[in-house]
Amino acid sequence: MGLKRKTRYLILAVLSLALVLAVIVGVSIGSVQIPLMTVAGILYKAPTGFVEAVADRSMAARYETIIMDVRLPRVILTAIVGAALASAGVVFQGLFKNPMADPYVIGVSSGAALGATIGIAFGLDVFWGGALTVPILAFVGALSATLIVYKIARVGGSIPISSLLLAGLAVNAFLTAITTFIMVSVGKDLQSVIFWLMGGLSARNWTHIQIALPFFAIGFPIAWVFSRDLNIMLLGDEKALHLGIEVEKLKKILLVIGAMMAAAAVSVSGLIGFVGLMTPHAVRLMIGPDHKLLLPASALTGAIFLIFADIMARVLLSPTEIPVGVITALFGAPFFLYLLRVKRRILT
Amino acid sequence: MTFKVELSDLSLSYEGVRVLEKISFSVGEGDFIGVIGPNGSGKTTLLRAIARVLRPESGAVFVNGLNINQLSRREIAQNIAVVSQETNMVFSFTAFEVVLMGRTPHASRFKIEDQDDFVIAEEVMTITDTWHLADRPISELSGGEKQRVMIAQALAQKTRFLLLDEPTSHLDINHQLQILSLIRNRSREGLAVVAVFHDLNLASRFADTLILLQDGRIHINGLPEEVLTVKNIGEVFGVDAHIEKHPATGEIYIYPLLNAEPVIRGHNT
Repeated sequence: MGLKRKTRYLILAVLSLALVLAVIVGVSIGSVQIPLMTVAGILYKAPTGFVEAVADRSMAARYETIIMDVRLPRVILTAIVGAALASAGVVFQGLFKNPMADPYVIGVSSGAALGATIGIAFGLDVFWGGALTVPILAFVGALSATLIVYKIARVGGSIPISSLLLAGLAVNAFLTAITTFIMVSVGKDLQSVIFWLMGGLSARNWTHIQIALPFFAIGFPIAWVFSRDLNIMLLGDEKALHLGIEVEKLKKILLVIGAMMAAAAVSVSGLIGFVGLMTPHAVRLMIGPDHKLLLPASALTGAIFLIFADIMARVLLSPTEIPVGVITALFGAPFFLYLLRVKRRILT
Repeated sequence: MTFKVELSDLSLSYEGVRVLEKISFSVGEGDFIGVIGPNGSGKTTLLRAIARVLRPESGAVFVNGLNINQLSRREIAQNIAVVSQETNMVFSFTAFEVVLMGRTPHASRFKIEDQDDFVIAEEVMTITDTWHLADRPISELSGGEKQRVMIAQALAQKTRFLLLDEPTSHLDINHQLQILSLIRNRSREGLAVVAVFHDLNLASRFADTLILLQDGRIHINGLPEEVLTVKNIGEVFGVDAHIEKHPATGEIYIYPLLNAEPVIRGHNT
């Protein structure tokens, strides 16, 4: 039981509320500061069309454009990316029984990076007028890399975790080498490749949400349905068999689901580190290892964390934007170490 | 319906080495079978094969006449509970949460544990003397406490067949007797039990019949006093023994003797 049912609902309610506040704050802050109450008013009324929430009509129209066309899609996308990375992290850490496992370990990052690099370096304009070319190539790359790692790691009918991690390492190194080779040999617009590799959320719009959201919206509920199985997997593969879990089938499903969520995030935002590794870890330290609570709580926390990281990325060196991956690492690492000092309840 | 598990000519190789050779026996309601034998004689492998963790090369396990290969994992788990030697937990669930996981084979994927599950968990934790540990993280428990929690988890599965791999290896003498008595009582009530024993005296004292394994074969299968003879112990373990029978209870007690050189039989452990 660990935490009482009421406590669980309370935790999720508080986190949901915090996410709503984070979205409002995220929309409010920028080169043009929009008061929080105005943001709330405009967002609240947005579904029924804009009503006079602001006295000055021309000002209000301007605010509405900024919010609906620029800031809101960016903040929502940020939330989706944060939630997807954190959820993928929970799935992989549970699956590998390793609190240090990361969505990128199984090759998602290098595969996505290669796909994106091909798109950027060769200036491909294939999908939907070019806007979606890079994300789609990144997504294809991520899933292909995961599949390759999975195939290599397979021994007989099963996937031993150690061989999975080693295969991931080797494939990562190989794909990163190809990526670097392409970058150097083509030598154009490396700036955007580098920015992409460090993770960024600038100039993202509703289209990107349309790419990322379906994968997360499908992946997350499936992962949640398997949360009890994930708990039992932590007792070891053999014990899980004894408790009636089809272990190898479960591993395949979770691997695909995790890769799908991580790839969705990577394909629209580049490589944002630390969210997938740190969020589940931090949340687990606070609420325990039960995936039924850990999964939704991590998704919410990942979303909130990334929204605030993105705010910092926008304002710290304004008007220059810092890649948000830099911020997540800068803040993620010390926070993580702090938690590790305060509450040691993870490793035996 | 009566419950019966039959092994028929079960053979199994591991990396090219034959580890089980034509094992046949059956376990029915209320049977308590002890499996004994030297290190590497195939005791643990036998349990894993019965629970279909390992697939036999030939032969089969039948649960109530059905080949176990035709059952789903979940159906197997509804019938057979297993307590393994070691369980390593990376993340720290509480002892109660771990015991509750024993209810998984009976729960729907979309349903969370209900009051019945909590009642069962409390009951099995009380009888295994682990209820006071309920809220403690399992990773902080001692080896013996952890072992009792895992036994409680297996009992929470409410199966008709229980497989135990050296269930009392980490327990103090008091808990050893307590847990084995508990399992024997459950067996008297109809639970079928196959338990691997390291300690021959505990095996003879608690099991109804014993199976003595040597190099993956059944050396002898019978009542404790038939199996634990000076001759059999000498042949299989390479140890001279003195065996006494308690005048009142009839229980036998084995004293390994030190006067002879133990025979080195070249076993790998």
